[in-house]
Parts: sequence; C-alpha cells; structure tokens
Amino acid sequence: MIEIKNLTKTYGQIKALDDISFEVNDGEVLGFLGLNGAGKTTTMNIITGFIPPTSGTVTVEGFDVMEKPEEVKKHIGYLPEHPPLYMDLTVREYLNFVAKLRKVEPDKIKANMEYALESVKILDVADRLIMNLSKGYKQRVGFAQALIGNPKILILDEPTVGLDPTQVIEIRSLISNLKKKHTIIFSSHILSEVSAVSSRIVIIDSGRIIAQGDTRSLSRSIGGKNLRVSILGPKSSVLSAIKNVYGVKSVELAEVHDDVCTFDIEQAENEDIRKALFYEMAKRSYPIYALKSLDDNLEDIFLGIVKRGGAKGGRS
Amino acid sequence: MNAIYKKELKSYFCSPVTYTMIALFLLLISIFFYLGNLMSQDPNFGSTLQTGEYFLIFFAPIITMKLLAEEKKNKTEVLLLTSPASVVSIVLGKFFAAFTVFMIMVGITVIYPIILLFFGTLPTASIIGNYIGFIFMGALFLSIGLLASSLSDSQVLSAVVGIVSLFLLWFVGGIGESLGGVLGKILTWISPIYRYTSFANGLLKFSDIVFYLSMTGLLLYVTVVNTERKRWKQG
Repeated sequence: MIEIKNLTKTYGQIKALDDISFEVNDGEVLGFLGLNGAGKTTTMNIITGFIPPTSGTVTVEGFDVMEKPEEVKKHIGYLPEHPPLYMDLTVREYLNFVAKLRKVEPDKIKANMEYALESVKILDVADRLIMNLSKGYKQRVGFAQALIGNPKILILDEPTVGLDPTQVIEIRSLISNLKKKHTIIFSSHILSEVSAVSSRIVIIDSGRIIAQGDTRSLSRSIGGKNLRVSILGPKSSVLSAIKNVYGVKSVELAEVHDDVCTFDIEQAENEDIRKALFYEMAKRSYPIYALKSLDDNLEDIFLGIVKRGGAKGGRS
Repeated sequence: MNAIYKKELKSYFCSPVTYTMIALFLLLISIFFYLGNLMSQDPNFGSTLQTGEYFLIFFAPIITMKLLAEEKKNKTEVLLLTSPASVVSIVLGKFFAAFTVFMIMVGITVIYPIILLFFGTLPTASIIGNYIGFIFMGALFLSIGLLASSLSDSQVLSAVVGIVSLFLLWFVGGIGESLGGVLGKILTWISPIYRYTSFANGLLKFSDIVFYLSMTGLLLYVTVVNTERKRWKQG
C-alpha cells in the first residue's frame, strides 16, 4: 500500500510536481502515464527515497519515506529509467552484490538470484559480463535487480523504452506475471502499453495529475471518439452513406488515393458507430480498407482531457 | 559495507589503471631507493619513504577519483541510495577498498628495507616510524581524495581537485611558520606534514595518531554529509 499526499517538488523556480495525491492498493498494477518531463521519474524517485519532496508525504506499508527511509527501501524494488548496472561485473556477480546491498539473508541469496534470473529469462547470460550484453538484456538485468529480495512493491520507470517489439511484449507479459506477487507502479508514455497491463491509470502532465481512474473507464472516456476510415468507392456517395449511419456527429474527407477515400469521423458522445458503419457499407458494397481510432496518442488525449476540463474518474 | 568493499576491490583489480598506478609508484620509489639508499650507501629507507609522500599527493586522488564520481556518471548511485544500506556504510566500504589498494602499494615496498638488511644493520625505529606515518598520511590523503570524488560526476575533475587540495595542504605548515602568531600556530597544527616529523624520527606520539585518525574520520563524515546533501538538494 502506497499513499502519496500533496506531493510537491520544486527545482528553484521550476515546479516539477504540483500537489500530487494518489494511492496504490496491495496487488494493484498502477500505470503512470505522461509525456517526457511530466514528472513521472521525479515522483518515482521520491517514492523510492532517492530524492526528498519539497512538501507532502509518501507512506509505504505504513512507513513514511522521510522518517523511516530504511524500512521503506526494504519493501521496494526499483528499476530506474537507466538501469543502474556495473559494466565490469557478470550478471551473477551483480545480482549477488545487489542481494547483499539489500541485506538479503545469506542462505536465501542463491534462491533469490535464481528466482530473479528465471523470472526475466536471463539464465543463459548469467555468467557474462554486463558490458557485453545487448540493450534488451541489460534492461532485463536491471529488471532482475529490482526483483532481488522479493520486495512487495515494484517501481518500474519506463521499462520498455528503447526495446524492440518482441522485447516489449516480453516485458509486458513479465509484468503481467509479476502482478500476482507484487504491487506494481510502472510508468510509460504509451497509452496502449499502460492499458494492456495495468488495472488503474494515473495521467500526469506538467507535474499535475490530470486524470485518474480504472483502466477500462478511463480508456473509454479519453480515447476512441474520433475514427479514421478508408473506404473503396465514389467519394460523394460514400460520404452520404457515412452521414446516414446513426451516431455520426460530423464527417470530413481527409484524402483520396486510388479510389480509396479516407474520412475522419467524429462520433457522438457515448456512441460506437463501428458496427453500424460496417453493415451500412456492406449493404452498399463499399469495402472498408482500414478503420482506426484517432485518439490513441497521448498528445491528443491530453488535449482532449484539458478541453473537457478533466475526464471521468475525477480531476485532482 | 562488506558488499561494497568487495565490489570496489574487484573493480580496482579489473582495471588496468590500478596496475599501471602501482607499477608507476614502485618505479618512482625504486629510483629513489637506488639513488638515496644504494648509491649513497644510506641504510635509512625512511628517507626514501619520506620522498614517497610527495608522490602520494598524486597517487591518493587517482586511487579515489572514480569511487563516487563514477557512480554518478553511470547512474548507479540510484541503486546504492535506494537500497537499505546506509550512506555511512557505502562511504566506508569505498574508503577501505581504496585503503587496501594503498596498503598493497606500501606492502610491496617492504622489499627494499629487506634488501638493505643484507648489507648491514638498519635504523629499525626510524623505518617503522616512517611506515606508520606513511600509512596514516595515506589514509588522510585518501579521505581527501574521496571527498573530492563526491563533489562531481567527473573523475578527472575529482582527481584535479584532490591533487590541488593536497598541494595546498602541503604548504600549510610552511605558511604557518612564516606567518607566526595564533593563525600561524593553527596552520602548523593542522599540517599533516609537520606531524609526520616525529614519526620519521621513530617517535610514536599519541596526539599525532589521534590527529591523523580524527582528521580522516572528519573528512569521511563530510563526504557522507555531502553525498546526502546533494541528494536532498537537487536529486
């Protein structure tokens, strides 16, 4: 259980965090979403006791980070944005060092290391020097480090940045597996990634929380309102056909390419027109070539939320 | 502390810098041994060791330069400071690793008095006194180097800061003597070089030992505070 209350952090004139409050319950996976520089890393650095807040409190498992930092640190495994690796050690030596640093009991160190190595699937490189590993492996070694000592809480700062798509999927499935045993906070700037694994989302922008709530309702309320659809057919008749579909608020021609017309459609509030659109076009034999939501990038979501003055689930 | 000590020691002996440094130190000592003891047929190795103190001005900051600066540069500082290990144990672990490297350097030089032993009797008291003084001085210099390493994330900068500080410290006694008065007395009092003289004469004064140990302890404490303060200030 992590409680964050009225957290503020200023660097001189710059306000990195502005009165942030949220909670993370046991067994929850919290997705921490924000653009670069929004304050994600600062928040995580404060929770882990690496830097102090200017004001506000963080309580982890009942211990205040400022008052009992050593107790708090025992419960947290932290994977910072740049994995803190010693290039001149082998993976095993490194994890052994971390285990001693974390004050893992000597007879449990071996089991701990094996668990970490197995969880992130790096047994095959366990005896190689870290400097010779690829970026994906280095990231996983960093991940393994966070698992040492079996901490109750895992804090992962952008764990998938810079990895190739297969590695991203692996890390995601790893987080899904770990959520049975750990409470997890992980940050990202990709909405689809956060919604894929987390049960709750906190969105932060310029040091302030602009939306928070459970993943499903938040995704629905902040995404999927605008659609882009490509349809093969004469543009004027396709256009009038789209206008015919129930739930279409407005439609605009974006481009025409080889008789395939692309339209941007704004849907009415709380409507999903996709099914109706499909049947309407099928009836008229205009095949749909592509259909996608336009709101899946963060900039649009932020703009959308700011315009609407906060999403469902509350603005803090 | 033990984990950090072992890790640092391993990384010292995985780095060519350490071997080069030890070799260079021994080369310099050998030259002075040849000139000062063999050529001039002087059995007192202590005077060669006294010359060796000048080298320490360079060697001590080079030994310690990477200890804290590199952690910052490689962003591994986060790992140490978010672990339940205390900053005191981190700093001490690193200090003792550097001290061990220094002791290995000093240990090898014991060969020279042994060589001299084949040619006659040695002024044992002076040589032992010099060694003890040399080790205390080395510990003090290393703690200054470690403090310099905690100031920035650049190894070169910490080495330069360390060397310049030790140079200044070297002259403090002389300046104090020429100044006279209360300030002069204070300056001579804090000069580790002046303190060294009684060791060189084979005298072990309790006050001198306390001086070296407490100065070393004080500088290590400042390093601890500085490491924590930095974290408090800017993250």
